[in-house]
Amino acid sequence: MPAVQETVARVRSIDVDQYKYGFVTEIESDRAEKGLTEDTVRFISAKKEEPEWMLQWRLDAYRRWRTMTEPTWARVDYPPIDYEELYYYSAPKSFVAPKTLDDVDPELLRTYEKLGIPLREQEVLAGVEQRRVAVDAVFDSVSVATTFKAELARAGVIFCPISEAIREHPELVKKYLGSVVPTSDNFFATLNSAVFSDGSFVYIPKGVRCPMELSTYFRINERNTGQFERTLIIADEGSYVSYLEGCTAPMRDENQLHAAVVELVALDDAEIKYSTVQNWYPGDAEGKGGIYNFVTKRGDCRGKNSKISWTQVETGSAITWKYPSCILRGDGSRGEFYSIAISNGRQQVDSGTKMIHLGRNTTSKIISKGISAGRSNNTYRGLVSAHRKATNARNFTNCDSLLIGDKCGAHTVPYLEAKTSTAVFEHEATTSKISEDQKFYCQQRGLSEEEAVALIVNGFVKDVLQQLPMEFAVEAQKLISISLEGSVG
Amino acid sequence: MLSIKNLHASIEDKQILRGLDLEVKAGEVHAIMGPNGSGKSTLSYVLAGKDDYEVTEGSATLDGQDLFAMEPDERAAAGLFLAFQYPLEIPGVATMTFLKTALNAQRRARGEAELPTPQFMKLVREKADSLSISTEMLKRGLNVGFSGGEKKRNEVLQMALLEPKLCVLDETDSGLDIDALRIVSQGVNALRAQNRSFVVITHYQRLLDHIVPDVVHVMAKGRIVRTGGAELAHELEARGYADYLEEAA
Repeated sequence: MPAVQETVARVRSIDVDQYKYGFVTEIESDRAEKGLTEDTVRFISAKKEEPEWMLQWRLDAYRRWRTMTEPTWARVDYPPIDYEELYYYSAPKSFVAPKTLDDVDPELLRTYEKLGIPLREQEVLAGVEQRRVAVDAVFDSVSVATTFKAELARAGVIFCPISEAIREHPELVKKYLGSVVPTSDNFFATLNSAVFSDGSFVYIPKGVRCPMELSTYFRINERNTGQFERTLIIADEGSYVSYLEGCTAPMRDENQLHAAVVELVALDDAEIKYSTVQNWYPGDAEGKGGIYNFVTKRGDCRGKNSKISWTQVETGSAITWKYPSCILRGDGSRGEFYSIAISNGRQQVDSGTKMIHLGRNTTSKIISKGISAGRSNNTYRGLVSAHRKATNARNFTNCDSLLIGDKCGAHTVPYLEAKTSTAVFEHEATTSKISEDQKFYCQQRGLSEEEAVALIVNGFVKDVLQQLPMEFAVEAQKLISISLEGSVG
Repeated sequence: MLSIKNLHASIEDKQILRGLDLEVKAGEVHAIMGPNGSGKSTLSYVLAGKDDYEVTEGSATLDGQDLFAMEPDERAAAGLFLAFQYPLEIPGVATMTFLKTALNAQRRARGEAELPTPQFMKLVREKADSLSISTEMLKRGLNVGFSGGEKKRNEVLQMALLEPKLCVLDETDSGLDIDALRIVSQGVNALRAQNRSFVVITHYQRLLDHIVPDVVHVMAKGRIVRTGGAELAHELEARGYADYLEEAA
């Protein structure tokens, strides 16, 4: 397992409070006034040169949001957020619609380099064995460069910033935006609907298998700027797409709010695979700083025999509030959720999934691996429900927790609701601790204590890692070990 | 090779080892026999550096290096190997992966280059074949679902691969049937060498029919109470430990 060794070497080279991606790029920003009013919404909409219908959509959401209160049911604890003290829009100032990569601010390109994003098409193409990945890089709020566009266009695939899709493909956006996560859905989703800055839009036409993995890297780079990403992916009949999302963020003293919304729509016989590696800044050893990650992700298996699969590796953020879900509407549709959630230090994670069985012969599978270390708290919260008409609904849930040390917590909160007697739900759950004997055994064979823990943890999460696309799996394995830094001894 | 002087050790304030002395020269095989509770397993854990045990007095050196000044993984890299009585299971970590991680960790600790994967695979295959360990077994999670015999064969495989200077076998014969005992013993005997020593901890003479020791020690109440040749084991088998317990008391 070379990744483990490399990781340990890297972990050793990192000071305790030195977050690997904790660098700040100095680029002037053009941002909205502090606080949230109708004017802020209009400012954002105008910045994006949006049509009137989009502005109205945002304003509707904004007015509704004003009537809503922040949810408190999650097992997380944080001081009240003052929404009037946040900035809701920031764009790198040097951004003047670059024609080619040569026009992109070199400072920005260096940032991408540090993050290891294969932005330059030729670099990606040069790697003979490397699989092709199209990157729509989101730098703060504006998508700066989109690669591979031409090849995707030949396949009829639309992969662009959502702001561009609103202008260029209004019929698709109007039809699907908010159709999975309505503007009224929940406090954070409604806030996102009002002020979302940018994100990705993907449309895969009928019968098309997307020729490459689609990938977006997010990065928060403006002090005090909430990030409100909006992603919409539509897989038309018989199509297939695999989408990768990875996040890193620079070091912060103040907490940063991140309230993204991701909507997936799979029509008849279509399949969407959505993978996330989340590595936002988790805060320092005392829990100071760090990202608040309040995300609404939902997929709608709208067509018959459609399939949506979520895979996530959650290692970052001070607080994670996230339940990627599947609505199994089409008969014979299938939803999957594979999750690794790691909490260390003072991190708080409340994450899980919802599998809503509406159609007949629908199936779902949940594999969740929670790892708690330090003084963190890690909660799995999941709902599996079968509607009266969802005959023969099937679910299998496996929910394992691993504790490292004795100051952390693992909690499992499963909700099961079956309104048809033909539904079969299976739920397995285990909680275990890395035993001193296991560690000693590894050490007796020559592994350091850190290497031993990394090895045992990587074994624990293996079932989920295998679900990730190759290039992500390697990165994720390293991340897992890095995020457990300081959890032993 | 191994030099233990006046070793006292306790667990949770309970004194287990009370002034143990042991000298093992390079190439020698020493058997340590004794009744339950005499401190045989404690000795193996103390040498390997298990956390719960506290050394209260005495010393132990391996080729002159102070064992008690080293972390467990450093002792392993220095050439100490403990074959566990109950090998631990690590789900999700393929045996092959574990072997490679362990070997390379030790090589790095000794300042040697890591073994390239093709060479490593070849090496493991050779050693595994001689212990009747199948490729399928190497792909399974470490010791997960292994039978008692498979676990012990796996211990010997690790020993063969890591090429330690000193091997401590803690009741390796427990839970083995005759066939498994033979395979494991052959594996151990194949590793006997001029520059490698063994400390074989066992209750029974049976194992020593297969792994013939140069020296046999009787342990009681945390000390070595008698030392002799291979014939001492037979004597014990016939007479039992009762006399020694009285002696030690």
